[in-house]
Amino acid sequence: MSYYNEMFEGDRVRDPYARLRDWVETMPDDFRQMKQAEAEALFRRIGITFAVYGEGGDPDRLIPFDMMPRVFEQAEWRKLERGIKQRARALNAFLRDVYGRGEIIRAGRIPARLVYQNEAYEKSVVGVVPPRGIYSHIIGIDLVRTAKDEFYVLEDNCRTPSGVSYMLENREIMMRMFPQLFRGNRIEPVDQYPDLLRRTLESVAPAKCNDRPTCVILTPGHYNSAYYEHSFLANLMGVELVEGQDLFVDGEFCYMRTTTGPKRVDVIYRRIDDPYLDPLCFRPDSMLGIPGLMDVYRSGGVSICSAPGAGVADDKAIYTFVPEMIRFYLGEEPILNNVQTWTLWKDDDYRYVMENLGDLVVKEVHGSGGYGMLVGPKSTKEEIEAFRAKIQANPSNYIAQPTLALSTCPTFVEEGIAPRHVDLRPYCLCGDRIELVPGGLTRVALREGSLVVNSSQGGGVKDTWVLSE
Amino acid sequence: MKLKISHETVYRYDQPIRNLVQSLRLTPSVFEGQKTHDWQIDVSGGIKGPGFRDGAGDWIEGWTVRGPVDHVTVRISGRIDTRDMAGVLRGHREMINPLTYLRDSPVTQPDAALRELAGSVTETDPLALAHGLSLAIHERIAFRNGVTHNGTTAAEALALGEGVCQDHTHALTALARLRGIPARYVSGYLHSTIDGQAHDAAHAWAEIMVEGLGWVGFDAANKCCPDDRYVRLGSGIDANDAAPIRGVAMGTGAEDMDVMVRVEEIAQ
Repeated sequence: MSYYNEMFEGDRVRDPYARLRDWVETMPDDFRQMKQAEAEALFRRIGITFAVYGEGGDPDRLIPFDMMPRVFEQAEWRKLERGIKQRARALNAFLRDVYGRGEIIRAGRIPARLVYQNEAYEKSVVGVVPPRGIYSHIIGIDLVRTAKDEFYVLEDNCRTPSGVSYMLENREIMMRMFPQLFRGNRIEPVDQYPDLLRRTLESVAPAKCNDRPTCVILTPGHYNSAYYEHSFLANLMGVELVEGQDLFVDGEFCYMRTTTGPKRVDVIYRRIDDPYLDPLCFRPDSMLGIPGLMDVYRSGGVSICSAPGAGVADDKAIYTFVPEMIRFYLGEEPILNNVQTWTLWKDDDYRYVMENLGDLVVKEVHGSGGYGMLVGPKSTKEEIEAFRAKIQANPSNYIAQPTLALSTCPTFVEEGIAPRHVDLRPYCLCGDRIELVPGGLTRVALREGSLVVNSSQGGGVKDTWVLSE
Repeated sequence: MKLKISHETVYRYDQPIRNLVQSLRLTPSVFEGQKTHDWQIDVSGGIKGPGFRDGAGDWIEGWTVRGPVDHVTVRISGRIDTRDMAGVLRGHREMINPLTYLRDSPVTQPDAALRELAGSVTETDPLALAHGLSLAIHERIAFRNGVTHNGTTAAEALALGEGVCQDHTHALTALARLRGIPARYVSGYLHSTIDGQAHDAAHAWAEIMVEGLGWVGFDAANKCCPDDRYVRLGSGIDANDAAPIRGVAMGTGAEDMDVMVRVEEIAQ
């Protein structure tokens, strides 16, 4: 398999990386090692030590930071941006539809079973239309590149995608360590993200709010692996970071306990999952949530971001229908490609996948974090056969995709610099406008030849640049 | 029938509690079989919060009691005209797709015995099949108080062969779902049992989606379909989801509960 190298075309350096070439090639080894140690010390001091995307693993482990930036040209980014916004609009239109009349199902474009019997479909919010009809306010869309103009969406994350603090910190640290790089290159900023996020949250305040909206971030607490990110974002946005016990329902509204008495809360950016939000509506044993919150939400007294039930738009079975959503709701052709996906509950697909297991990537429908997946070409015969048995036991739990030739980006390694595979997660904000900061989080598979970028599987992160015109 | 209902639930706490929050599904459904008059809900020392009709067509009302209090009384009273609709829920406005009610909850998870029982019913006509499933439960689970508890599962009740209306309803919904038919739990009131004896007036039964008719009620405990002695409050996936009262308070002590429900016929 050949891979698209984002920096080199043979010996020629591609345009976006032109100015980085000297920087890389003239960097003495000892200087690089010193800087790498400095970067690590900075990350440790800031305390940014969590597994991205809720991957589990040691919460105090530092995710390796690679100093070599990943660079996009303005034109490349513009196209990605249009594709991401298009997808975000379609996903929200889908959510509005399936919690309303379900037109896309009546039209026969998506099987009813996949929606209504989906674990993430929340019947208690049927008929509830959140402000501006937005259900998913922060959408993380995972992209991979296979050629100059070929990008694929691997998955959509409509609930509470994490990792944006890495995007912000990677930039911060690069600017501190290599200020001269930022003088010589016109790099689009990303540090407006917290302001945009706050504006987005304020723009979806409930109609009953008649003052400047009070927004909070609701965290499950400091044992959560992304707690750092929750406090980091609260800090940068200038809003309170709260736990369930800090909020309570009284009458028609939700309030936060403060030293000066109760303060009404209008918008909750929650980083806890649906089943834990409210013991009166979901799991009665949840200690993390706020009793009565869902009644306040359903009667328009508070906004919850993302809306309860938003997860039905982002599982791997629904994923295969996103291009259909774009055509159905927007009347447009998808700008970004979906990866061809075989769904193992269909007989033809099942047969094909079982015959070609060694060439495919197989994932669990509800899995994440690179766990429970098979990368056929990188697996031994025994691993493949063991996985085959798992599929046979429960075919409808799996989907399969071709093994994509993920692009590579130069990365600092022991011996100097070498190509390693990367992906990209931009964060799209949906409120009164749909917007995203240029770039996103680049994850890199640090092990040679590895196609798995998840931090739990030896992945690292890079600063991501979008060059201005 | 013209029925007068009074329903009082008293919660007593051995340590005073604060910030009690309740979500009440205690208002009769709106459909052709029911017309409600002067319906009143009151929670002692409480503030009425949000009231809204949810996607299932149920009227939900939130209440909060700031406290501290050592007891709370939830009092419901009102009158209702009922009509015998032979169990058919006609004219009920709801938005939830029936397929949503094919999902099981932990208490309706089927086991081998439930599967076998579901498979043993041979009727093919949708209505006859629903009656057949209900009859199967009636025959296999005898009505008996005190042998099951709130958390008893459908599978456990079937194995035991005894239970109360909650157990019959869980078992019947599990059976219907096994046959690929949407089914749900309904909570409400019952004027009397079919033999005319007085009965615990808080009641539960199942609704099964019958092709051509829509949702139809089946009371497996009493081997009948709901008629004008039944008052429908709301529905859910299981008893917890359809519970007339759900509440959480801040406090550490134990809680004790007394329920009094009276459903009387008013003379014409």
